[in-house]
Amino acid sequence: MATARVLVLIAIGSVMFHLLSPWWFTPIASNWRYIDDTVNITFWITGIVFTIVVLFTAFCVLRFRHQAGRQAAYEPENKKLEWWLAIGTAIGVAAMLTPGLFVWNEFVTVPQEATAIEIVGQQWQWAFRLPGKTGRLGTSDIRFVSDGNPLGLNPKDPDVQGNVVIQGDDLHLPVDKPVRVLLRSIDVVHDFFVPEFRAKMDLVPGLVTRFWFTPTRTGTFEILCAGFCGVGHAQMRGNVVIDTESDYQTWLQKQQTFAQSQVQKNKKLAENEETAR
Amino acid sequence: MVDVVRGAGGLVPAAEVEDVELYHPKSWLTKYVFCQDAKVIAIQYSLTATAIGLVALVLSWLMRLQLAFPGYFSFIQAENYYQFITMHGMIMVIYLLTALFLGGFGNYLIPLMVGARDMVFPYVNMLSYWIYLLAVLVLVSSFFVPGGPTGAGWTLYPPQAILSGTPGRDWGIIVMLVSLILFIIGFTMGGLNYVVTVLQGRARGMTLMRLPLTVWGIFTATVMALLAFPALFVGAVMMLFDRLLGTSFFMPSLVELGQRSQYGGGSPILWQHLFWFFGHPEVYIVALPAFGIVSDLISTHARKNIFGYRMMVWAIVGIGALSFVVWAHHMYVSGMNPNFGFFFATTTLIIAIPTALKVYNWVLTLWRGDIHLTVPMLFALAFIVTFVNGGLTGLFLGNVVVDVPLSGTMFVVAHFHMVMGVAPILVVFGGIYHWYPKVTGRMLDDTLGRLHFWVTFLGAYAIFFPMHYLGLQGVPRRYYELGQTAFIPPSVATLNVFITVAALIVGAAQMVFLFNLVRSLSHGKEAGGNPWNATTLEWQTPQTPPAHGNWGKELPVVYRWAYDYSVPGADRDFVPQNQPAIVRSA
Repeated sequence: MATARVLVLIAIGSVMFHLLSPWWFTPIASNWRYIDDTVNITFWITGIVFTIVVLFTAFCVLRFRHQAGRQAAYEPENKKLEWWLAIGTAIGVAAMLTPGLFVWNEFVTVPQEATAIEIVGQQWQWAFRLPGKTGRLGTSDIRFVSDGNPLGLNPKDPDVQGNVVIQGDDLHLPVDKPVRVLLRSIDVVHDFFVPEFRAKMDLVPGLVTRFWFTPTRTGTFEILCAGFCGVGHAQMRGNVVIDTESDYQTWLQKQQTFAQSQVQKNKKLAENEETAR
Repeated sequence: MVDVVRGAGGLVPAAEVEDVELYHPKSWLTKYVFCQDAKVIAIQYSLTATAIGLVALVLSWLMRLQLAFPGYFSFIQAENYYQFITMHGMIMVIYLLTALFLGGFGNYLIPLMVGARDMVFPYVNMLSYWIYLLAVLVLVSSFFVPGGPTGAGWTLYPPQAILSGTPGRDWGIIVMLVSLILFIIGFTMGGLNYVVTVLQGRARGMTLMRLPLTVWGIFTATVMALLAFPALFVGAVMMLFDRLLGTSFFMPSLVELGQRSQYGGGSPILWQHLFWFFGHPEVYIVALPAFGIVSDLISTHARKNIFGYRMMVWAIVGIGALSFVVWAHHMYVSGMNPNFGFFFATTTLIIAIPTALKVYNWVLTLWRGDIHLTVPMLFALAFIVTFVNGGLTGLFLGNVVVDVPLSGTMFVVAHFHMVMGVAPILVVFGGIYHWYPKVTGRMLDDTLGRLHFWVTFLGAYAIFFPMHYLGLQGVPRRYYELGQTAFIPPSVATLNVFITVAALIVGAAQMVFLFNLVRSLSHGKEAGGNPWNATTLEWQTPQTPPAHGNWGKELPVVYRWAYDYSVPGADRDFVPQNQPAIVRSA
């Protein structure tokens, strides 16, 4: 009796917790509403199955509990029932998988007009690169990494010169413009995670990984690292600021290009040498 | 035709092989220490696994204390926290669960359940335990080496696992990899034994389709482990080479501490493939023995044959096979070719079908049963609830797009704890309450058992069910502290305190269990040979606890399947497997 009651409480309690708990997805800020829809479909189907199985178990415990004189039925199998259950389960699984695969197809198909940007991870900070005026991200290699060139950009590549490098500051992006994000790491595996965007992807040294999204509302969103990257993992934070187009342009004008930063760096070096003499 | 029908006699072939004399122990040392009796080896495995499991339990307390009260405990710095989670995960998955189900339950139950005198290679079996013990000791030593154990996370992802930003980079990671290599060597010795014993050591009449599901589960899991562990073995050897010899199997060109390292040309994703090629089957290596054992617990204590025995066997085999083609669902956002997502999402969700059928058959076994709410039965019921819960959240993480926002969050932590932590451990407990009388000849105390059950079950559910919602909120896993994070409301901290309190209570309840184990050794009620009125062979031994050689002079002969409970017309509500068909005179 008590056991059956507890099982019923667990079924109802879990559903109530799901409906009433204050912890839920953050308000979405990207185009991946379909991901949320798929999550919701999955919650519905799995929630129903969970409730039925637990309540059925509770009922069995209540109804078929041992009492003097009770004898269990003897029924080794029931082909028909087993097949129906298998088919029913397969339908439920298909109802979750099918939308999932359609959305995944969208996830891996990058729209033509998307702007490429680069996100670079290193222990334990984020850096960003925007294409700038030429519209192309130049090449990079780990052997170019130095104090003045922390992202390892190829200084001989003309495309690199106009690129905008942002370190120790927020990344700004214009709202409603699709972005193709290219990710690199110069040390260990990290993972770019902004909960409001839903999309995330690992940064893997030796590889360029990618995903795309379209920011759909303005605001400041926190970046976390979701791939364990050593002792400072929890401190690896940053911000993405989604601006209106005009705010974005104003911000972009204030940023230095790679070429400008190199000139400045060389000037500083020369000054230092001057004073040293 | 397979005989799942009642009282089917027949199919008792003549003995093909003569009974062989066993090596009988000549001294105390060969009887209790360097013992070749699978039953003693089982107990050695179980005690060692429990001891190291307690270390993992304490580590989980420490990490929960940090999550609930960040910054309050000065002895838990970030590097300690990461060492705790790494060691906790590795111990629980490999040194506790794998060792307990296969080395513990496997060794005790396989020979008894199939009607053999012992494992087929008793000496190798003994060696298996001693190498396992060595692996455990090497693992424990990592707490005492300079820099402490590795804090790379139990997945040990390179490059960080062997770079200086990760705790235990100097010694801990080396010790961990060596310990894993030893574990796999030891396991292989035991594993070959289990497989050959099931295939070659069965008593007359014990066809494969008359085996108890416990044996099917352990057998299939062992075959899988023999195929999956080699992937981890080569991975561990390669990483050891990367760390010690400067090879670059997993190491691309990279910058370490602002300097370009000597590494170059390797692939971090290669490790992930090797690790998960082992790691996913590993989930089922733990789950399948639990599936098997829980089937027998439910059938015995509901006094009813397991429903759909043949479906259950094929589901175990099917899950085992499928689990080798789903590994990359751990890597949807790893940067591997995203088109793999289509394939791995499909295979992963297909596995849900045989798994669901097993759940249906368990609850349908309860239907129209004669349910005795014994402690083992309570644990079996709790297993159904937690396994269904954890299995269903697997459908979120397996379905590639749904995984994208949830991967790397507390949702994942909640999911795998529910499905491969809580659920199998509830079966371990159920199994211990069930078979303790056979092992010791005495019953465990029922009142303490019920107390242990309710606190453990409800407490564990209270820990892991709400944890899923932290993941939905976006709380990442493996965070020493959340700090100020804009999207995380203060209520998350409250929930973290709640979870920690539940974890402390559940952990403390395990002391009740240990106390019961020790006290019942001398104070438990005398059990007799077959206290649960079960049908399987281990309950039909001439002595309890069974003597070396298990069966006395004559090996048992098997006449029926393992589930002849409540057979209409029979005198009692169970017919042991070794009871000949009832001959009725007309």
